[in-house]
Amino acid sequence: MSALESANKIQAKFGALIAGPTEFRGEISLKLSDPEQIFEVCNFAKRQLGFDYLVDISSVDNYGEDPRWTLVYHLRGVASGEELRLKTDVSEEKSELPSVLPVWRTANWHEREIYDMMGIRFSGHPDLRRILMWEGYPYHPLRKDFPLAGKPSDLPGVAFTQVTPMEGGPFVTIPSTGDAIGREPRVRTPENAEPGISDQRLVDGKLK
Amino acid sequence: MQAQTEYGYNSKIEGDVVLTTVDAALAWFRKNSVWPMPMGLACCAIELMAVGASRFDISRFGSEVMRFSPRQADCMIVAGTVTYKSAGFLKRIYDQMPEPKWVIAMGACASTGGMYRSYAVLQGVDKIVPVDVYIGGCPPRPEAVLDALIKIQNKIGQQPILRGTVAAKLLHLEEK
Repeated sequence: MSALESANKIQAKFGALIAGPTEFRGEISLKLSDPEQIFEVCNFAKRQLGFDYLVDISSVDNYGEDPRWTLVYHLRGVASGEELRLKTDVSEEKSELPSVLPVWRTANWHEREIYDMMGIRFSGHPDLRRILMWEGYPYHPLRKDFPLAGKPSDLPGVAFTQVTPMEGGPFVTIPSTGDAIGREPRVRTPENAEPGISDQRLVDGKLK
Repeated sequence: MQAQTEYGYNSKIEGDVVLTTVDAALAWFRKNSVWPMPMGLACCAIELMAVGASRFDISRFGSEVMRFSPRQADCMIVAGTVTYKSAGFLKRIYDQMPEPKWVIAMGACASTGGMYRSYAVLQGVDKIVPVDVYIGGCPPRPEAVLDALIKIQNKIGQQPILRGTVAAKLLHLEEK
């Protein structure tokens, strides 16, 4: 059974809830319209179709669009070698969807990381704490509206954060034949911006 | 054979005589047995291991006794990226080290935050602890760490230990 056949079985089972399958470069994706059904779909994929390995869950911030969040589940059957991608959109007002932890235990830390970095909650998760930042940190730093330099915060006895001086950053390596200082400057000003990156010149601290 | 008569001091028997002050002697003892606290936080810690291993051999400078307990160390070597999350326990470990104590910021990240200009990384460990020597590099060569250690030793050798203290008065080391 191929991944496409498995995707068709999911579509036959859940009908109008599932859009797709779409194929891109040999990879099969399904789109689930109702995020509340994610547990049932994942449970079916594991118990009936043999997708016994949750490779990853990732979250996308479609900042400025509605719905804001896209959750992407990467499924794999170890015995069959099939891979399937499952996507679902979550609105910013809700920012919550069911946990798939009862299906795959590895979802525990994936969901905690998404909660930490994006602020999307997973209902039914038994231990939804931050995993990278500390408890009490007030922001979700991978959101598109969170600045790379960070925001000041202070939790006495635990940790503090300060705003990082960006000095013309964010810093990316400039492809050039110059020396290391030219390729990876520590401070970027209009003077040391190279002609080759004129399409990425800094205007008011932002790459344009 | 005529017996030789010793007059005065015989350096072949008694050893060489060095005239010094108590302060300088104590500083000499102290600077040649700096016990590092290896605060390994990232890849610089791998280079720090190389400094302690046989090829570079930090024991040539008397600092082979790396202590993972802050109570038994007097020189913290901050090797790696200090995140805000680890800044708290780094400060606590530093506070637990007995005086006198010194700090080496090893590598770009510990010195300035390095390439990590982001919300998660402390921009230089000198924001929370006083740093004596900074080492550039990403990561620094082991020779650079040894050079920093020698600089720390020179600094320790110049620091007064007894001068001006109560102990110095009790021992009548200072003229009134």
